[in-house]
Amino acid sequence: MASTQPIPGTPTGLLAGEIDEVTDAATRAQAAAGGSSGAPYVPPRKPFKFGRWFRATGWRHVVGIVMVVFALFPIVFVISSSLNPQGTLTGSNALFSAIGFDSYVRILSDPQVPYPQWFANTMVIAGITAIGTVFLGGLAAYSFSRMRFTGRRFGLISIVVVQMFPQMLAVVAIFLLMSSISDWFPAIGLNTHIGLIMVYLGGALGVNTFLMYGFFNTIPASIDEAAKLDGAGHARIFFTIILRLAAPILAVVALLSFIFTVNEFMVASVLLIDTEKQTLAVGLTKLVSNPRYADWSAFSAGAVMAALPVVALFLWLQKYIVGGLTAGAVK
Amino acid sequence: MTTTIDDDVTAETPQKPTSRQRRAASIADAASGGMKMLLVKLVALGLLDAIAVYALFVLIMGGEWLIAAIVAIVAAVVNWIYFSRRKLPAKYLTPGVIFLVLFQVFVLVYTGYIAFTNYGTGHNGSQEQAVSSLMASSLQRVEDSPTYPVTVVDRLGTLGLLATDPDGDAYVGTNDQPLEPVDAEFDGDKAVSADGWTSLTFADVLARTDEITELAVPFSDDPNDGALRTPDGSSAYQYVSTLEYDQAAGTMTDVTTGTVYSDIGTGAFTSADGDELLPGWQITVGFDNFVRAVTDPRLAQPLIYVTLWTFAFALISVASTFFLGLFLAIVFNDMRMRGRKYYRVLMILPYAIPSFLSALIWAGMMNESFGFINQVLLGGAEVPWLTDPWLAKVSVLIVNLWLGFPYMFLVCMGALQSIPDELQEAATVDGAKPWAVFRLIKLPLLLVTVAPLLIASFAFNFNNFNTIYMLTDGGPRDSNAPIPVGFTDILITMVYKVAFTGQSRDYGLASAYSIIIFIVVAVISIIAFRRTKSLEELN
Repeated sequence: MASTQPIPGTPTGLLAGEIDEVTDAATRAQAAAGGSSGAPYVPPRKPFKFGRWFRATGWRHVVGIVMVVFALFPIVFVISSSLNPQGTLTGSNALFSAIGFDSYVRILSDPQVPYPQWFANTMVIAGITAIGTVFLGGLAAYSFSRMRFTGRRFGLISIVVVQMFPQMLAVVAIFLLMSSISDWFPAIGLNTHIGLIMVYLGGALGVNTFLMYGFFNTIPASIDEAAKLDGAGHARIFFTIILRLAAPILAVVALLSFIFTVNEFMVASVLLIDTEKQTLAVGLTKLVSNPRYADWSAFSAGAVMAALPVVALFLWLQKYIVGGLTAGAVK
Repeated sequence: MTTTIDDDVTAETPQKPTSRQRRAASIADAASGGMKMLLVKLVALGLLDAIAVYALFVLIMGGEWLIAAIVAIVAAVVNWIYFSRRKLPAKYLTPGVIFLVLFQVFVLVYTGYIAFTNYGTGHNGSQEQAVSSLMASSLQRVEDSPTYPVTVVDRLGTLGLLATDPDGDAYVGTNDQPLEPVDAEFDGDKAVSADGWTSLTFADVLARTDEITELAVPFSDDPNDGALRTPDGSSAYQYVSTLEYDQAAGTMTDVTTGTVYSDIGTGAFTSADGDELLPGWQITVGFDNFVRAVTDPRLAQPLIYVTLWTFAFALISVASTFFLGLFLAIVFNDMRMRGRKYYRVLMILPYAIPSFLSALIWAGMMNESFGFINQVLLGGAEVPWLTDPWLAKVSVLIVNLWLGFPYMFLVCMGALQSIPDELQEAATVDGAKPWAVFRLIKLPLLLVTVAPLLIASFAFNFNNFNTIYMLTDGGPRDSNAPIPVGFTDILITMVYKVAFTGQSRDYGLASAYSIIIFIVVAVISIIAFRRTKSLEELN
């Protein structure tokens, strides 16, 4: 079960490592010996030898630096080209040769490229999808965790089975379904944000439900019972107790769903037809469909601005996200 | 996964409450809910019912009885669930389940249905739609036919023609609605406005010229009667089709050449020579799409190499990201090393950036003649990173390694840290070398934890649309194939490209490919779950 496994990246795991960081095994043994004799022990400073340092930790830094360069060079490249006032891909090759915010102005004000609109669309669609996913998944997880009913086991298993077949496999059917819905109800059919959000919510009961189900199981049932004795109904227990106690997992699910929706291209590109209705993923991909002629530095500026909120959220909540990812998949 | 469910059921199932207890619980619930809760519930249900009634109204007006019945039943069941005092689990499950059933289960079933039809460009609608569209596209002006003065009118965005016939009577009609008599106001001999319609001003007519010249208002329900078209928005002429439709025989006859096109059951009117009149209509074609995908050599060959590449891509991606992640986790899992935190944050950045952006950026950097890698890193070399069939595959794998290694690094780091130190100490005391400790103790323990993640990662990469589509668009294109497919396409991108890009959309074939993926994923999942179960027992 997820709850019983140590969540990687939690503060305890890292802290334990950092305390010991300065002392290696040999000095630790000495410290233990010194400690037992009672006198305050000062570890003797060994003279610094490069060879020994390199064999112990130095080569690890070499690996680290190589990997950091590999990880960062596309990021440095895109930041550099976003600051380059010149538009083309070739012009972006000399890193940081020119610094200016012209391309940011260009992407934000170009009437042909409704970038601010795409940005707003993406935030609205991903935000509502995230909230809806948390709400629908939370409701279902609560009933699976706290209630015993016929079909419960079947329900849990069918959620596992259904989630193995991602919605995008059925993209053709989704498109045809939405286009026939728009024959009767154009407000929720093709080319509407509501329609797209509804499709995304179809995937709300999935791995997320399991994540929340596992977490809800760790909240002691005695809390519910105490509340029940005090006269709280099931709805009040859910909204005022369980949801409050489960806030960390709700944040993780909301974020995972948010990031997934920001990244989603396939369904969004099929359902959203008008340029000003599209999301960042669809719009920016079309913008550089031919990198040779595209305004590369304007795209880079757009990419940097699009990535910033997601990266910030991710880094801010990374230990919860990583824990959630691992636990969710292990389930 | 299944074991968890079993455990919980056996461990936690409370005794079935007696009816007395249940009654007491429901009274307590009702007493505690309060007016506010009840009000919220009533308002929400009221809104839902209002929407359902509106939907029913629209559907019944349109004659969609089956869908109307389904909407009515769902609405009734939802009301029953929320007004009932029991059905507590259902109250919590219903909202999610409705979306799940409609947008995940139903669409998968519907995909199965489409795979057995010829749905696609040229086969979009019913036979009647095909007939009227064929007739409309082959209209020719009747020589010496009378001139009808017309006014272009608009109702809710739909354009229509308000025509005055030679007898002085006014008629109105649209593309879909044949001419019918209407009360109109006349200006001289010409009807200029009618109730319920907005007459277009001269400026509007100019602005919408393209739409207006496309208008073809049928004279009657019989398509052979022809239609009224206007080249300028002020006078219209009678046009009749060069095709003649014989409903009884189900044939189309080209009056100019005398060729008879008949319905031979392929979803299009076909002449004796095999020429098809398109658009046709949608029919079920049985296993035709599957047979075509497997036996037509021009389609079978792409299907084979795309399937092989999908497996290779997913397997190599999992393996490469896992081994790099594991290696890094081992390297950085040393307490003596300073600054591990900073390396960690910098190395997970690729994972934090939305993957569609990363793939687009890499596509720019790998551009053959202008990209950063060729121009700067390789000093002006012309390495065809994305345009050579084999090198493009390598590039895709490199980029996917870049995208995926931080995740594996984090996962392996967590798994390594959760292995107790005592195991290593005990083994060292017993005289094991570090490599033996790793291979015989740490690796097996680690694999037990990460095996399900590796399977999940395989499943994800199997359908990793973004990396492929944004980086290479599946290219370089295979020019021998009749469908838009390339050498780095995986199955899911092929589905998308066959269905939504290219000259003709073939929904039937795309759905057949979807079904093939569906079967592959199902088989893999079944095997994988058997395996993980045996792994769990190991632990």
